[in-house]
Amino acid sequence: MQVGTLLAGPVGWLVIGYLGSLAVLLIASFWEVDPLSGEVVRNLSLTNFQTLIDEPVYRTIALRTIVIAGLVTVTDVLLALPIAFYMAKVASRRGKALLVVAVLLPLWSSYLVKVYSWRTILSENGPLNWLLDPLGLHGPGFGNVAVWLVMSYLWLPYMILPIYAGLERIPNSLISASEDLGARPGHTFRRVIMPLVFPAIVAGSIFTFSLTMGDYITPRLVSNNQFIGNVVFNNITNDLPLASAFAVVPILVMIGYLLVARRLGAFEHI
Amino acid sequence: MRLSRRSTILLRLAVAAGLAFIYIPLGILVLYAFNSSNILEWPPPGLTFDWFPRAIEDSGARDAFFTSIKVACVATSIAIILGTLASLAVARHRFFGRETISFLVLLPIALPGIVTGVALSDTFTQVLGIDLSLFTVVVGHATFCIVVVYNNVIARMRRLAGSLEEASADLGADPWQTFAYVTLPNLQTALVAGALLAFALSFDEIIVTTFTIGAAQETLPIWIFANLFRPNALPVVNVVAVIVILLSIIPVYFAHRLTREEGGTAATRGGTIEAEATAVP
Repeated sequence: MQVGTLLAGPVGWLVIGYLGSLAVLLIASFWEVDPLSGEVVRNLSLTNFQTLIDEPVYRTIALRTIVIAGLVTVTDVLLALPIAFYMAKVASRRGKALLVVAVLLPLWSSYLVKVYSWRTILSENGPLNWLLDPLGLHGPGFGNVAVWLVMSYLWLPYMILPIYAGLERIPNSLISASEDLGARPGHTFRRVIMPLVFPAIVAGSIFTFSLTMGDYITPRLVSNNQFIGNVVFNNITNDLPLASAFAVVPILVMIGYLLVARRLGAFEHI
Repeated sequence: MRLSRRSTILLRLAVAAGLAFIYIPLGILVLYAFNSSNILEWPPPGLTFDWFPRAIEDSGARDAFFTSIKVACVATSIAIILGTLASLAVARHRFFGRETISFLVLLPIALPGIVTGVALSDTFTQVLGIDLSLFTVVVGHATFCIVVVYNNVIARMRRLAGSLEEASADLGADPWQTFAYVTLPNLQTALVAGALLAFALSFDEIIVTTFTIGAAQETLPIWIFANLFRPNALPVVNVVAVIVILLSIIPVYFAHRLTREEGGTAATRGGTIEAEATAVP
């Protein structure tokens, strides 16, 4: 079959439909809203970006979102590494298969349900406080810590599976060679395994980072704080140009992130 | 790897803790579905089955459920067609911009959900003048589901020797016959796995959906979200949540089963369940 025939549909959909929409978003971010009528005025101006830069609250929100996205990513790497390592290099064949299924099953489903579950766990009379109370402790309640915790929970499998797959690609003979040459396990891990699995970690981090930045439901359910997504969603009906302008921030951050990830070879692992 | 006994035990503990972290919240949710009280208190004062019939009879939840099924079916169908076409082109042809196709396909899911949501919403309402509806939801879902089908099919295509298709052509089959009798049968399980995952992805999506759905419509996640803040609805929400967990686990499990026999397994957000032929030198 001709390449043109094959590509017309998908490329048309994604380039005209999707990239076209992103272009519209970019243009709309320069529009304004008439303060009296509330109608969108299609004049190109930098007003929205001026507002975003001038108002300290938007800077705080952008910074908060990016910092939490970074923290979630680091947390997930730390949690995922031992699990993925055990799955790939220590577990028996059977144990491996079971673990893959165990990590895989909660992955694709019930995002909202999982956030909701955490909302009940972290609530004032919830299981966490019930558990901590006898120890004289108190849970984090709703807030930034809760958002960080819940997001780390939600995206953890997206980090485990690419790292696991990356570790599976490393031939055991390399590890044996390192051991035979006298390296201790820690040394082998740092000098042989980590450099080889690093692109896979970056691949996983794309999703943990991007999903955190693009989520406004979790912050709404487990905190009273605003994240970029909340501002965008709250403004989409009344001030579409401002919402669009704020959505440009995660686009720029992600484009930078993806370019770096590509250089690091992460795209082989997605 | 040769690990000391102590490291192995530590590693096992870490894995156990990780799995507990993943499953305890789900377990608590299941328990709440049987909560005899209609407020969320811990521990639940008693257990009951009463909320299950109530949830099944709830017309709002039921309508939203069928809406979600419809949306997911249409979005998946579009994603199958577009994803398969793109992967056939990339796997079997050389052309300008070939490397960028995987990137292009991945973009809707690699960019944050709010970005895709706002971009589509801006385009529909401001440029095309289309009112937001289930149609616009389907367009959004199909866009980010393409990657799931694409990645599964292309992994299979790379593994499938091109010589089979050449042999078919040498024996006089036209391109359509080759596709129908040689390529397609080999792609079958990859297609089904991709479709199941695309379905699960669409069924569960809420962020892009909130930006593209009309005022009067509800998919199941939107229904759950709307009812979380209504105290009277909570017991029903708890039950629906458990049903959603059970129902969404099924397609993912089968997608995994379908591609498992062929080698390693992994599933990233991009939906590659099938590991590519071991990249070991």
